[in-house]
Amino acid sequence: MSVPLTLLGLLEREPSHGYDLKRDYDAFFGRGKPLPFGQVYSTLSRLARDGKVVISDVAPGSGPDRKRYVITDVGATEVEQWLTQPVDPEPHLQTVLFAKVVLALMLDRPAAEYLDTQRSAHLHRMRELTEIKRAGSLVDALLADHGLYHLEADLRWIEMTGARLDALRKEVRR
Amino acid sequence: MTVVIEARDVEFAFGQTPALRGASVAVEAGEILAIMGPSGSGKSTLLHCLAGILVPDAGEVLFDGIRVDALAETQRSSLRRDRFGFVFQFGQLVPELTAAENVALPLLLSGVHRKQALPRAYAWFARLGLDGLEQRRSGELSGGQAQRVALARGMVTEPQVLFADEPTGALDSLTGEQVMDLLVGAAREQGTTVILVTHEPRIAAYADREVMVRDGRVNAPDRIAS
Repeated sequence: MSVPLTLLGLLEREPSHGYDLKRDYDAFFGRGKPLPFGQVYSTLSRLARDGKVVISDVAPGSGPDRKRYVITDVGATEVEQWLTQPVDPEPHLQTVLFAKVVLALMLDRPAAEYLDTQRSAHLHRMRELTEIKRAGSLVDALLADHGLYHLEADLRWIEMTGARLDALRKEVRR
Repeated sequence: MTVVIEARDVEFAFGQTPALRGASVAVEAGEILAIMGPSGSGKSTLLHCLAGILVPDAGEVLFDGIRVDALAETQRSSLRRDRFGFVFQFGQLVPELTAAENVALPLLLSGVHRKQALPRAYAWFARLGLDGLEQRRSGELSGGQAQRVALARGMVTEPQVLFADEPTGALDSLTGEQVMDLLVGAAREQGTTVILVTHEPRIAAYADREVMVRDGRVNAPDRIAS
């Protein structure tokens, strides 16, 4: 899971305080592993340093001042690129795909198109592995099969998610 | 490369139920194309329209410069028999005939004399690892053997286009992949264009390219550079 890009995506939805970002991150992406406050603020500092977010206002409170973060054009471009580019088709990338789909739905982006792009990237890799299998030894075939079955599992998840996009959209949009 | 077969804005409905809503796809000569999509998406209907089995309600189907959708049934029948080959999910072998006669059947129907047709059929048995099974009937063949016989029958006329509708759907994974390996190998050797309908990614991975059919339309993802 890419924490900086996920936080940027949440900020594209609406300017937020660190506390709100942590709450939404934990609700949608934490899955029982909450993001420590320290990591939220250190990530936001780095994003601000790199020009991807700016602080719009600071509200004084009883505790530390509450800073409100706003995504910049640079940050929005990075989110756009991340969402539209397929992930390298390697096994065990479900969490990244999951984050992309949920954020795309939150941001009213074409999640189905992103899934199609990812499917295409997966099938491209599967074609390469199939060619290795057809041309190589039995050992090559077994190794290729291992990769193929993992990629196929991802693809089944992509199909199932694609079929559930409308329901998911209702669940993650507010 | 030259486009050998193409659907342009094809629409087709089963009664009041639309199956294709403006589907377009172009297939190059010698290309192996996988048509994928969920159940009921229209992928088999698209294959049937391309193959001249179904006539679209609207749109065009072109094969080698011929408007297939505008041909009379007898002309489409000749086209299917002489220039297309078919492999379906269940081999659909004629149970009363031997395996060799099943393979020779498209040649016999095209008017080739039995004396010429059977040797051409026998040649495919060696090629597809079916030696010794020539005189068996379909009930005496395993699922994988029957599907290889069906593949031989689909290829025996040396068709320009082979249409394969879920050709491994009734087979276990290993047997299915063996059939695909043989199908792709034979098609490459002959330079046959293959249009393959499948919902299985591992089978689609044998193709050069895939398109997705969804809600009766074709969604062709951008090609990813090799």
